Amino acid sequence: MSGVRLLVGTRKGAFVLTSDGTRDDWNVEGPLFAGWEIYHLNASPVDRDRLYASQSTGWHGQVVQRSDDGGKTWEAVGNEFAYDGVPGTHQWYDGTQHPWEFARVWHLEPSLTDADTVFAGVEDAALFRSVDGGQTWQELSGLRAHETGDQWQPGAGGLCLHTILIHPQDPARMFVAISAAGAFRTDDGGETWRPINRGLRSGELPDEDREVGHCVHRIAMNASRPDVLFMQKHWDVMRSDDGGESWHEVSGNLPSDFGFPIAVHTHEPDTVYVVPIKSDSEHVPPEGKLRVYRSRTGGNEWEPLTDGLPQSHCYVNVLRDAMAVDGLDPGGVYFGTTGGQIYASPDGGDSWTAIVRDLPAVLSVEAQTLP
Amino acid sequence: MIRVVLPQHLRTLAGVDGAVTLDAQERPTQRTVLDALEASYPVLRGTIRDHGTAERRAFIRFFACGRDITHEPADDPLPDEVASGAEPFRVVGAMAGG
Repeated sequence: MSGVRLLVGTRKGAFVLTSDGTRDDWNVEGPLFAGWEIYHLNASPVDRDRLYASQSTGWHGQVVQRSDDGGKTWEAVGNEFAYDGVPGTHQWYDGTQHPWEFARVWHLEPSLTDADTVFAGVEDAALFRSVDGGQTWQELSGLRAHETGDQWQPGAGGLCLHTILIHPQDPARMFVAISAAGAFRTDDGGETWRPINRGLRSGELPDEDREVGHCVHRIAMNASRPDVLFMQKHWDVMRSDDGGESWHEVSGNLPSDFGFPIAVHTHEPDTVYVVPIKSDSEHVPPEGKLRVYRSRTGGNEWEPLTDGLPQSHCYVNVLRDAMAVDGLDPGGVYFGTTGGQIYASPDGGDSWTAIVRDLPAVLSVEAQTLP
Repeated sequence: MIRVVLPQHLRTLAGVDGAVTLDAQERPTQRTVLDALEASYPVLRGTIRDHGTAERRAFIRFFACGRDITHEPADDPLPDEVASGAEPFRVVGAMAGG
């Protein structure tokens, strides 16, 4: 019988949650790597037992773990992320130039075709690739070498490359997003990149048409329609119908268009999920009500999903990598909160159940559909 | 024999219990002990000293014979008690964070 494996990264370790296809009962394993920050775990779409995890602490820096047996055992692999050449500088919070310094891996994105190839999005923003299962890492430095690189400035969470999307029909095309530089696209397998931020409006920027400087929080796509992209920006939910060449706002009737994660239903490319957050100065749900909003029209028209979610006195946040969808039918949706809850909906968001309530603050959730 | 005591997270990462033992060195220093430690346990590379620069990570400190020797030159000889194995070289995570 088919099933789901959730890979959960938290401030104090990783957890693996598994269920059969009913998604009624869950087995919770963990913490793995107890006490370490696990920014992200992800699975290879080629080999379901090949998992990668980003493990770090302020004391000991970055470790990357790999599992070849679905998470039963793990092996520490390469952790040297050396910027290509002379790293140079980027803009600091105060407008001065600041040396590029590696801090941690935010996101791991395994290749769609090769289990040993995996991409890492890091802070300070850069994209690395390993072709040997994580043993060694090489920077795809054409991104950071873009002529705007010295203008990139960190968001409140750091200058982080947090989103990596691989085009399923054209492996030479990839999308990445950086806070607070914006979105970028390559059409040559990562050799060269260009900003794709036309149409984004960031009130903080005096130049409305500025090429970079946009605080993109997350981008999502449906694999069947990969040139339609949905973006949760610092403020504004955006949509592109042309692979990021241009964007238009689809915030519509959301109670707040600030938020972090965004996800697209696996089987319904016009069904999109966001979690509105009150504001950039108050990272909590509006009115203390935790609501996922779903659009079935590709944006603009949104409905609140509340069944099973706390509708009073709820002041948790949902971070950018902490929402995922599975590939079952009906499609499941999952998200984790900074309060340690993992919520699951096996019916596309109509109803929700807390699988577990008291984990450390959740940093990331990935849903792996098992045969 | 030289003994090295690691903080808990690094013991877990290296898969060791208690102190790590390294071959005796004629004139051990912070640098030679850490070089030998990383050669024996490659998984520790980058977790005590940065890759590339080999500089101590900011929240790591070194103790020996009850003294904080973090800021002593990396190529100065360690105390005789560490060289003889009577006292361990301690790698300590600074108290910080939550």
